Amino acid sequence: MIRRHLPVLITLAVFIAGYLICLAQFPSFASTRVIGNLLTDNAFLGIVAVGMTFVILSGGIDLSVGSVIAFTGVFLAVVIERYGLNPYLAFILILGLAALFGAAMGFLIHAFQIPAFIVTLAGMFLARGLCFVLTTDSIPINAPAYGQITDISFTLPGGGRLTFIAIVMLLTFAAGIVLAHFTRFGANVYALGGNRNSAELMGVPVGKTTIRIYMLSSLLAALAGIVFSFYTSAGYSLAATGVELDTIAAVVIGGTLLTGGYGTIIGTLVGVLIQGLIQTYITFEGTLSSWWTKIAIGALLFAFIVLQRGLSAASVRSRSN
Amino acid sequence: MQPVTEQPQLLEIRGLTKGFPGVQALAQVDFTLHAGEIHGLLGENGAGKSTLIKVLTGVFRRDAGTIRLEGKEVSARDPADALSLGIGTVYQEVNLLPNLSVAENLFIGRQPHRFGLVRTGEMRRRAAELLTGYGLDIDVANPLSSYSVAIQQIVAIARAVDLSAKVLILDEPTASLDAQEVETLFGILNRLKSRGIGIVFVTHFLDQVYAVCDRITVLRNGRLVGSRPIAELPRIELVSMMLGRELAAEALHRNQRPAVSGEPLVAFKNYGKSRLIEPFDLALRPGEVVGLAGLLGSGRTETAKLVFGIERADSGQAFVDGKAVRLASPRDAARLRFGFTPEDRKTEGIVAELSIRENIILALQAQRGWLHKIPRAKQDEIANRFIKLLDIRTPDAEKPIGLLSGGNQQKALLARWLATEPRFLILDEPTRGIDVGAHAEIIRLIERLCEDGLALLVISSELEEIASYSDRVVVLRDRRHVRELSGNEVSADTIMTTIASH
Repeated sequence: MIRRHLPVLITLAVFIAGYLICLAQFPSFASTRVIGNLLTDNAFLGIVAVGMTFVILSGGIDLSVGSVIAFTGVFLAVVIERYGLNPYLAFILILGLAALFGAAMGFLIHAFQIPAFIVTLAGMFLARGLCFVLTTDSIPINAPAYGQITDISFTLPGGGRLTFIAIVMLLTFAAGIVLAHFTRFGANVYALGGNRNSAELMGVPVGKTTIRIYMLSSLLAALAGIVFSFYTSAGYSLAATGVELDTIAAVVIGGTLLTGGYGTIIGTLVGVLIQGLIQTYITFEGTLSSWWTKIAIGALLFAFIVLQRGLSAASVRSRSN
Repeated sequence: MQPVTEQPQLLEIRGLTKGFPGVQALAQVDFTLHAGEIHGLLGENGAGKSTLIKVLTGVFRRDAGTIRLEGKEVSARDPADALSLGIGTVYQEVNLLPNLSVAENLFIGRQPHRFGLVRTGEMRRRAAELLTGYGLDIDVANPLSSYSVAIQQIVAIARAVDLSAKVLILDEPTASLDAQEVETLFGILNRLKSRGIGIVFVTHFLDQVYAVCDRITVLRNGRLVGSRPIAELPRIELVSMMLGRELAAEALHRNQRPAVSGEPLVAFKNYGKSRLIEPFDLALRPGEVVGLAGLLGSGRTETAKLVFGIERADSGQAFVDGKAVRLASPRDAARLRFGFTPEDRKTEGIVAELSIRENIILALQAQRGWLHKIPRAKQDEIANRFIKLLDIRTPDAEKPIGLLSGGNQQKALLARWLATEPRFLILDEPTRGIDVGAHAEIIRLIERLCEDGLALLVISSELEEIASYSDRVVVLRDRRHVRELSGNEVSADTIMTTIASH
């Protein structure tokens, strides 16, 4: 039982240890203000990471999410500001478009047996390219709806604010947990990651599941894009470059096996928070370059991948004994 | 026992024909399975057993013939469709999902649910209940991979049967089980049989055929040889049905030879590795065959891996020609002119996509170094020489090795090492999963090799076989070399009593 959850427990231990270190150095880390900001600042990363967890659990990868986030921002900025579309209608429109985009990628991956890496790489270039077709400028979004939405927040005891976008992220995680662990779809995702052939022989609808997985990933990337546009109040073609890699890192640090089949959604939340924690620490520290975040993430990623190899080797050994 | 022929016909196959380019895999095969019988499907490799099963379960399309299940003509599109028709298959390599829990494996695709959510508690309760019926009391919430192959196989059977299987096909289910696990499996098969399920049982072990089958059907070269109740079929007749010729006595008994004398070619003193195998002494002279016998997990393969440098010993010393040598990797071993054909042909032996020629020259090329490519003409010469010498059945040397039958793959692996002109060859289960005919050929080959002065270390689970060609037999138990038998002591009976003794 403990063995099964070991990767998540280790991730959690790393987070707690990191938090305690930060706390020892900067007592204000205990304030709800810092915690509230940690959630708000990483809301878009968390949302897209939920989708990525499903993709990686199924043994795939989705490199297009960063571009989809940028495209969402640009699309919203253009249709709301230039064409005066109702923002809520624009949200529905972009979510629908993204779902179609993801479904198309999933279809290509399944129908032609093309590696997900290649298909989503193409998707990445396509979405990023489309951003530039729409506009090359950074367009601010000043629609009143945006102000209303960003104003929604709960005040936490101690003065921190749980913002709307943080709530969206937490709800996304809750929905992700239910979807992964308590539905047939979730079991099918794990089944694909375990062994695609066996899954097919056992009657798992491989094609349908694959299409839905990438649809979900793109849909959540668009949701993350909407949240990102609240956060920055603008749409910019070069936004969110490399976010797909941050996301993959968060998922892996969260204890999901990059080869698929093993992992949890809750682990991904902790993985995202660890990244946020490092970022916050560096901001508090003041003298370090923000690139140290990347270095720390890189080191952690290495450590976790080595750890996963070790764990799976150990479990193989224990079975053969 | 009630006469099985009075049971209704469950599955009726008539005139089944299937051809592949260049091969007639099945020709006008009839097969009848009754409800409540265990039906052994036997034949040499290449006889058409796998093709028959694959056509039946919808992996391949048939060229001609009819398949009737309970009187209705059926035609499965794929294995999932076959399962929904009531034909379930359990393969030797369990085709379940190791990362999912046992309960999920049993119920995937039909989990009990409410409002779109899986009722995990209910699913686990039902899974546990289901497995209790198979005498299995395990935590169904644990991942399948945390259990042994035997338990995984029972889970696979339970799943197939629970999915309303009327026909259960078991493709060599016992190949990786030990004796006790086989007993358990047979208990389960007998219980399923009494419930009226028809079971098709594919195996290479004749003992098991007699232990559990009611009836057998033998195929040879894609044709039906015959279908007989097992009770009235003498063993020798069954073997001759499979081989299509009388079994020659020489296949099973080695000509008595004078004991090999002289200095050992290779010797291991107090050689061992903690947690893997206890230190042992072992010496082989040129021209000598030493057998390693013992139950599954007794340390036979571990001994072989240590001797070939795949595992590094942490005690003792290896000697070749009386001189101490370093044996820290398979490269070291190959340099000392050792050869090794592993137990798991498919994953550790052959490179399935490469041609027979490329597979044969692999070890030789590796030995020469990759910068000194063996000229193509020389490669062809070597490959063709061994194909002829070992009678590897293939149209030509360029066919991917993965398309050959098990026995021919094994011969090609032997050729790979023979091409390097080894002095010491380790064969781990050289006859596993190989039909009786190829079996005898490989044994004859082993004998020929040692006449040429090669020292051979052979691992086998088949005691009769190992007793027939070994000069000496080392018996292992619980990761320890317990006794070395030589001379007249070498017999299946002594090996068995040594394994069983305390």
